[in-house]
Order: sequence, then structure tokens, then C-alpha cells
Amino acid sequence: MYDLIVFLPLVGFLIAGLFGRQIGARACELVTTGLLGVSAVLSWVAFFSIALGHDEQALIVPVANWLTSGKLVVAWALRIDMLTAVMLVVVGTVSFVVHLYSIGYMAEDKSRPRFFAYLSLFTFAMLTLVTADNLVQMFFGWEGVGLASYLLIGFWYERPSANAAAIKAFVVNRVGDFGFALGIFLLFALTGSVGLEQIFAAAPGMAGKTIHLWGIDWDALTIVCLLLFMGAMGKSAQFLLHTWLPDAMEGPTPVSALIHAATMVTAGVFMVARLSPLFDLAPNALAVVTIVGATTAFFAATVGLVQNDIKRVIAYSTCSQLGYMFVGLGVGGYSLGIFHLFTHAFFKALLFLAAGSVITAMHHEQDMRAMGGLRREIPFTFWMMVIGTLALTGVGIPFTSIGFAGYVSKDAIIEASYASHGFGATYAFICVTFAAGLTSFYSWRLVFMTFFGQRGDWAASPPAVAHGHANDDHAADVHGHDAHAAHESPQVMLVPLAILALGAVVAGVAFRYWFIGGGVEGFWKHALFVGADNKILEDMEHVPALVSFLPTLMMLIGLAVAYYMYMVDRTAPKALAKANPALYRFLLNKWYFDELYDFLFVRPAFRIGRALWKGGDGAIIDGLGPDGVSARVLDVTRNVVRLQSGYIYHYAFAMLLGVAAFATWYLFGGIR
Amino acid sequence: MVIGLTHYLTLAAILFTIGVAGIILNHKNIIVILMSVELILLAVNINLVAFSTHSGDLTGQVFALLILTVAAAEAAIGLAVLVAYYRNRGSIAVDDINALKG
Repeated sequence: MYDLIVFLPLVGFLIAGLFGRQIGARACELVTTGLLGVSAVLSWVAFFSIALGHDEQALIVPVANWLTSGKLVVAWALRIDMLTAVMLVVVGTVSFVVHLYSIGYMAEDKSRPRFFAYLSLFTFAMLTLVTADNLVQMFFGWEGVGLASYLLIGFWYERPSANAAAIKAFVVNRVGDFGFALGIFLLFALTGSVGLEQIFAAAPGMAGKTIHLWGIDWDALTIVCLLLFMGAMGKSAQFLLHTWLPDAMEGPTPVSALIHAATMVTAGVFMVARLSPLFDLAPNALAVVTIVGATTAFFAATVGLVQNDIKRVIAYSTCSQLGYMFVGLGVGGYSLGIFHLFTHAFFKALLFLAAGSVITAMHHEQDMRAMGGLRREIPFTFWMMVIGTLALTGVGIPFTSIGFAGYVSKDAIIEASYASHGFGATYAFICVTFAAGLTSFYSWRLVFMTFFGQRGDWAASPPAVAHGHANDDHAADVHGHDAHAAHESPQVMLVPLAILALGAVVAGVAFRYWFIGGGVEGFWKHALFVGADNKILEDMEHVPALVSFLPTLMMLIGLAVAYYMYMVDRTAPKALAKANPALYRFLLNKWYFDELYDFLFVRPAFRIGRALWKGGDGAIIDGLGPDGVSARVLDVTRNVVRLQSGYIYHYAFAMLLGVAAFATWYLFGGIR
Repeated sequence: MVIGLTHYLTLAAILFTIGVAGIILNHKNIIVILMSVELILLAVNINLVAFSTHSGDLTGQVFALLILTVAAAEAAIGLAVLVAYYRNRGSIAVDDINALKG
């Protein structure tokens, strides 16, 4: 069964990828979606059978031997425990609904077989990642999802901006992957194995070990965890390595929902949770995780406030929510991070797909300022978007655990960050609480701008200069936007929304008991490591009433401000922007990170490249090599050719000299 | 003074050298080259006749007559070529003749 879950998407990819031309687009859609459906159903079966089962040990399903080289033994094997099962459910479900949705969304595209093949390839790679039994296999999946992400961001390869975004995503991820690879090497050097089981067994013995480097003794485990976390930062778009995620919105919207919201970007969270036995022994590394996560949560939320591209708002929201997950992990509540990952996958995929529905309705217009009043024209999408927003902003009944998905998981993280005594936890608490208010503001701003008021209410303002490549017009868009009324999307796109909306509503309440409540031990078994003195899940329940009410309060404040600014006094946003031009530009340009990186890395890299090209390759290699040799040959021939004067007496003279030389040689030296 | 073989050979060597020098040093006129070639042939003839007399074998003198004949023919052909060349090019100056140059 587990083999089927993982390998059915691969089969789908091979069929659609190799025979897509022969069997046609429709068949590709049906095959890949059907196989994914089977995979998703089996995932849920696996989820419940493991959750309700009493198998304490992880189930290892061997597949094949991969490579054996001295001490290094790497096997293909599926490690099935509760953590894997949770990820299987998330990946399988979201991937299935996204496949389904794409049938409608991509209907006008001419290269659908390729699209569906990529989607299935991505799903296969993601499933290999989450079922990995050793770090090398995980790295395989890790790079596989990176590849699929690259291919899908650059799916509309005719657009230069899509290609640039794809390359950016790939390169920024390489930075993180470099750290991840180094972490694996170091772990292998320390434990002599890359298998998770062996590493976990060796982890307690590694505590306190040091590595002598550059004259300082470094704590081995901390270094390992920081290197691994660097990989997680790249993949999960954390602060400093986040710049690729908003640009990745160049890809088709279903891709954004699947890869850049629900699954791939959570790979970093999954990895940290999977390696929780290591991280739990390295409190310094956990503090870094907390601080980076908190900074990301706050930073991305502030940028999300002023973006005008509907997908970018949600992209920054994703970035921010990933920060929440890392805060959850960082304070020691690994199940908190995974729980938020689980619920977030539903409501964020829902938001993205609903945004896709809006974009379709608006004839591939993504700028929110061109929208407005869509509530009456696409009511179903409107309600789906509202459900997603309620879940994202964390609407629920205070002091109970009844509420939308985000309320249950996000507020738990905020409470845990308050309850934790770890380094940086207080900073994290302040950041995530504030970010909760910002989240509420930008989410409702999106809803109000898109669905309320009149079309073109916001169009008077000049187009944003921050990014000129906002338009998602893969189909040649000749008709004016406003000339046509918005139209509701086809059924095949609405059903996935409904499925995800169900998840967004109930996932929190339904699974709270298992994931972070009283049923934690029986649910997770030993999939997540919890140290003996790690009482974060209990402490979290005993925070002051004000603290547990605070997220809801922040949410209400955000909602109220958004309502005032975008519904009551509609001149307020512009007035506010005008009053604080520096701050507004700072946020609109995303804290100037792109410019900073351009200055710090991109341009120096170009300069180095140009220097090596002109100096190293052109002057030294070519100059001393081929070009130099040929130039010297030319010099010699230029001199030699002068001997060829064409005058008979010159030749005769040369003959005479030769004869004289031979005669002399004969007479005085040569043959006796 | 008895004129011996050495004197003849020396004379022949001197003629030969003058002929060669005439070919190499002459930059003016191609007719001089033809004359130089004749000189070289004559030097060879002197050698042949001298050795013939020295060794008492007439074959060498026969060869000398043969060479004279061939030289006459060669001179005739050479001058004919020269006339034809002059008609074509309008010059028989050695320095103008460098069509072999690549």
C-alpha cells in the first residue's frame, strides 16, 4: 500500500510525460488525476490505520539498495510513522485537489500534458521526501521537489519574468541546499551513517561533542542542526532566503497552491520535525529556529500589508505562516509546527485556489486594484475566500478550542511561544502576536478590495512600480477586463475549493486532540521526539487568560482597521501611504531585500564572472592556449613566407649553398 | 711550363664559378643568365676533354661534342622562349620575373 502511495504519481508522471502527445491532453489529465486520487485515498487509510493502531515502532518498507560504498550504505526505503502519515495526507489530498482544479484552470493551455506530468513528478518527489528513511533519500526528494518547482515556475517559458523567477527560486534554494548537504556530510562524519534510525540512536552520545575548527571548539550538534536548518530556511522561504517565494508566483496558480503554499515550502518544517531528536539536544539551534521563524512571520506580514497583486499577498502570507511553524518547532513543540503545517495546507491551498478562481473570473487580471464588487458576480468563490480568510486569521470562540483551522493551530503556537522559556521565545511571542494582527489586516484587505465596493474603485491610483510583471495572462488577453462581466468558474474548479474549505473549517477542531491535545502520546507514538523535560504542550494550556485571548484580540483589531480603511473611509489607505511615504515605499519594495541582494551578491557575481571571462578565460587560457599558439604560428609563417621571393637566382643561390654545405660536410666530416 | 691536367681543371673550375656567379649576381638581363649557363656547360666540356686526353680515352671527347650540340639546341630554345616572354611581358629584366612568388 505504501509503495502504491509513493509510486502511483511516478507512474502518472511517466505516462503523461512520455506518452502525452500520443494519448492527448484529456487522457493525461484523467490518468494523473485518477492515480493521485487513489494515492490520496490510500494516504487517508494509512493515516487512520497508523493513528488508531498501536504500532510503536516506525514501519520500514524496503524498496531497493541504492548504493554501498565502504561505510556509506544508502537504501531506498519508506519510513512510515505518524509524521510521515500526516505528510502523506497533506501532500496526497492537496495534490489531488490541485490536479482536479487544474483541469479547469489550465483548460485553455496548449501544453497540459507537460503541466500534469510536472505536477505528478512533484508529488512523487515530495512523497519520497516525506517517506525517506535516510538523509540521502530525503535529499533526493528535496532536490526533486526543487526541480519540479523550477519547472513549474517556469512553465510559461515564453515569459522572461517566469524564467527569471524560476532561476531565482533554483539559485536561492541552492544556497540552502548547500547547508543541508554539509549537514548531512557532518552527520555522516560524526555517526558514520545517514540512516535516520542510526542517527537518532547516536544522537544522545553526540551531545557535548565538539568540532575543532578555526581555533574554536564548536558544539557538534549545534553546527549540524544549524546547517540542516539552513536547508530548511531555503526550502521554506525563511527570512534572508525568502526572496524567491513571491517571485515564484509567476507560475500557474494551482502550482502556487500546491508547491508554494501547501507542500514543498513546508518541507523545511517537516525536516526539522523529522530530525527532532537532534534539534531537541541542541537548544542553541532551536533558539535560532525560533528567532528566524518569528522574524519571518513579522517581516512577511508587514510586506503583505501593501502588496496589490492578489497572489503576492497570499505568498507573503504563506511566508509569514511558515515563520509561525518554525516558531512552533523552535520552542520545542514539534507537534505544534506540524499541526499548523497540516491546517495551513488546507486553508492556504484554499485561498490560492480561490484566488485562481478570481483571476479566471477577471480574465487573468491579478491586480486587486482592478477588482471590486466581485461578491455578487462570483458568490461561491467569495464564500470560499471568506472561509479561507476566517481560517487564516484564526477566528474562533475564545477560551475554547472551537474555531476555524487556523484559530486552533496558530493560537496554540502563540500560546506556546509565551509559555516557553527558551532563548528568543519572548521575542517570538511579540513578533507572532503582532503578526497575527497584520495577518488579519492584509487578509481582510484582500477580501474587501476584491469582493466589495465597485469595480475600479482602486484603479485611480497609478500602477505600482514595485513589480511590473504581475499579470497572469497565459492566454492572449485581447479583450478588456471591464468590458466583460466576471463569470463563476466551472464545477471542476469549485469542487476542489469545497473539499479544501471543509478541511479549513474542521481540520483544527477535529484533529486538535490528536495533534497537540491530550491524545498526543497515543497519536504520535515515537515519530516526534519529546525530551524528558519538554513540557511545552502542558505549559501552553496554562497561560494567562489575557494571553490566550490576545490573538483573537489582534485579529479583531486587524479586521476593524481593514474594515475602516477599505469599507468606511476609502481614502484612508492613500492618505496613510502619503503620510508615511518612506515606510510605504520600504514595505512596497519588500524591505529592499531584492535590491540589497542584487547589490551584495548578484552584481559582484556578475563582476567576478566578467573578470574570469575576460581575464581568466580570455586573456590567460585563450591567450596562452589556442589563440597564443596560433598567433605565434602566424608570426613564424609571416617570416618564412618572405623566403619565397619568386626570383630564380634566389633559389639557385640556395641550391648552391646547399651543395656547398654538402660538399664541405663530405670533405671534412661526414662519410668516411 | 708544362700545361697539365691541373691547369685545365682549374680553368674549368674558374669558368664554372663565373657561370654560377653570373646566374646569381646578375639582376639585369635574362640573356646574361643564358650566357652563364653556356659558360657552365663549357666548363664541363673542358673537364671532359681534359680527362679524356689524360686517360687516353676518346669517349669523353665524343661526349663533349654531344654536349655542344645539346647546348646549341638549348640556347636556341632558350632564346625563343625569351622572345616569346618579351612579347608577352614587355620586359626581360630579371627583377621583373617573379611569377613564382606565392
